[in-house]
Amino acid sequence: MFESRTRLATGTVLALTAALSLSACGGTKSGEKTAVESCVDTSGDSIKLGFLNSTSGAMAISEQTVRDSLSMAAEEINADGGILGKELEFVEEDGASDPAIFAEKIEKLLTGDCVAAVFGGWTSASRKAMLPVVEANNGLLFYPVQYEGLEASENIYYTGATTNQQIIPAMDFLKTKGVKTLFLAGSDYVFPRTANKIIKQYAAELGIEIVGEEYVPLDDDDWTTQVAKIVDAKPDFVFNTINGSSNVGFIKAYYEQGLTAKTTPIISVSIAEEEAPAMGKDVTGQYAAWNYFQSVSSPENDTFIKAFQDKYGKDRPTSDPMEAAYTSLYLYKNLVEKAGSFEVDEINASADGVSFDAPEGTVTIDGENHHIAKTGLIGQINSDNQFDVVWSSEEPIEPDPFLKGYAWWDPSKE
Amino acid sequence: MKQRLQKLVRTWGPLLAIALVAVVLLVVAPAVLSPFRLNNLGKYICWAIAGVGIGLAWGRGGMLVMGQGVFFGLGGYAMAMHLKLEAAMATGGPDAVPDFMVLYGDGTMPGWWEPFRSGAFTLFAIIAVPAVVAAILGYAIFKRRVKGAYFAILTQALAVAFATLLIATIKQTGGFNGLNQFTLFFGYNLYDPVNKKMIYSIASVVLVVCLVIVWQLYRSRFGELLVATRDAEERVRFLGHDPANIKLVAFVVAAVMASIGGALFTPITGIISPSDVDATASIFLIAGVALGGRALLLGPALGAIAVGFGQTTLSERFPDQWTYFLGLLFIVVILCFPSGLGNAWSQLTSRFRKAEVA
Repeated sequence: MFESRTRLATGTVLALTAALSLSACGGTKSGEKTAVESCVDTSGDSIKLGFLNSTSGAMAISEQTVRDSLSMAAEEINADGGILGKELEFVEEDGASDPAIFAEKIEKLLTGDCVAAVFGGWTSASRKAMLPVVEANNGLLFYPVQYEGLEASENIYYTGATTNQQIIPAMDFLKTKGVKTLFLAGSDYVFPRTANKIIKQYAAELGIEIVGEEYVPLDDDDWTTQVAKIVDAKPDFVFNTINGSSNVGFIKAYYEQGLTAKTTPIISVSIAEEEAPAMGKDVTGQYAAWNYFQSVSSPENDTFIKAFQDKYGKDRPTSDPMEAAYTSLYLYKNLVEKAGSFEVDEINASADGVSFDAPEGTVTIDGENHHIAKTGLIGQINSDNQFDVVWSSEEPIEPDPFLKGYAWWDPSKE
Repeated sequence: MKQRLQKLVRTWGPLLAIALVAVVLLVVAPAVLSPFRLNNLGKYICWAIAGVGIGLAWGRGGMLVMGQGVFFGLGGYAMAMHLKLEAAMATGGPDAVPDFMVLYGDGTMPGWWEPFRSGAFTLFAIIAVPAVVAAILGYAIFKRRVKGAYFAILTQALAVAFATLLIATIKQTGGFNGLNQFTLFFGYNLYDPVNKKMIYSIASVVLVVCLVIVWQLYRSRFGELLVATRDAEERVRFLGHDPANIKLVAFVVAAVMASIGGALFTPITGIISPSDVDATASIFLIAGVALGGRALLLGPALGAIAVGFGQTTLSERFPDQWTYFLGLLFIVVILCFPSGLGNAWSQLTSRFRKAEVA
């Protein structure tokens, strides 16, 4: 069938490609870190920053709010004279709710646009995808969302809560409420799984019994059978680690099967001011654990809310991740000004103790793990879909992403 | 004279075109693109490798494979498991387990991860696992004469099930986060620009080899039978051939190509996660093939590269509206050139000819 001449030609093409590719081979073996030359241009009157949030895809609805508060913070800082006298110029990119795109875009921002720092990411998957890239290029990433902890990178600053600033305070609160039995409901992915692992170990320490644990995939809205199990188990409280729109299905099934904030209250870690009115049921009386609520009373918060609503509309609520993103840009300003340089290594060297009077209260960077000390708050939803603060850790809690300071924590235990 | 020329073009034209692609990918691109852009191109090439297989199964075989993400994922995850173990072993010794199993599980590794410590086994698995899965699946599907929309729905459902399974098995596959944070690629530092270029070159060579393979398949008796099966399956059956076997071969080859594409995608992007292999990702693969021209030799590969390039460029230029533009582009192309941009020229000329005759 094949003529011999064709075979010969085929062979030639293959041999040619092989030869061409071999010429590109070679390079460093083993995992030695290669020195990276930073391409950040600090000679001009302006400095470039990258904003990398999903403005398309499933996470866009959440991440757009972060983008809004980042833009606002940049404008404020520019109006106030910039950082080290340089005007902030920001390059916006869309992470498209896809971790692989986040990895691609952050590389583009760091090596193509030569930005001095990147602000963004939401899901843990997006952060995990960006981490090796930002480390390989010795860049800086500011990540503004509460997460499951168990991570620390020289090249990332985590301005959202780690577990000992959100999950553990929530458990302390449940203890003060005299809770004896607890039911765990979560989305099936890494944050709820890790949070529940911590909750189960701390519950054993506190003498709280876990009477059930249910997961539903991230994009699944049907909670009917799982809620039926809650009805049967009759727990004192439900700990909700469900993420995103799946909460709507959960709350719907919850109220339809006769459970309310009076009979079996829920404490959530991902329902904030934005989500509460979208639940489709009156969720007055339910609880949430965060480090910031719109209702926090401080002059800094009043200014923040006023500026945000003047810019984006009176009906826009402010929430924890937005505040953490806003804070992250100011923390960057303070980091650079303390170091007197935009160099990553110099910023890191003088990072410990850098603080900012944020809307949530004063936050301080831990130079060791690059997280920030934050105050733990529990809010209860009122009839205006705002949260009344019913419990507070009083003092900012030192970040402890690996829970080293908690004797009951054993990562190898289920 | 004219006839001889036509024959020459028919015989050597495709090979020349493939050679041209090889020169562009292996000589021109590395010379003019920055390392970052070259790496991006490498990513599109991975989609193109899967696209070549889709062109074979769908364009020539008429099987609308809506779930190629599954096979892309099998290869991608097999490679990722090896890279994850390589990274772990580089710091923690020969018995080290991947970090996420310690963080999110109890620190023990499931037994089926164990063989992936070996690079040779991983390479074998990247070919063998999708081949076996596709053979069993294809045998069951084609022998039962499932085709058309039912086949498309079935494969699409597989992609959904596969992504759901991955998300549900955090302790074994990293769940929603997928597998990431690799450091080494068969002993080479994954973040050294020289090594990145090497991986890009491997992907390019693989694409060229895949193109040569399908070119030979299209020229062969098998290729003729495949097209015949696509156009008139019953007639092929009456001629004494079993269409199921013919389709099975194309389906398995397409699956293996998707798997190889996925395996190269992992080191190039540094991550593989359910969102790279789910139903949406599968449709994305199909979209590139449709855009380029599914039944053409180079159409699927160039279409996949064009879609990847379009996605990157549009999203950089219009970070807020790019998805609308990309959607619009698809609609326009499918409406104006239903058999792909690669056929645009012949379609336009045939329209002119018709106009002349009229």
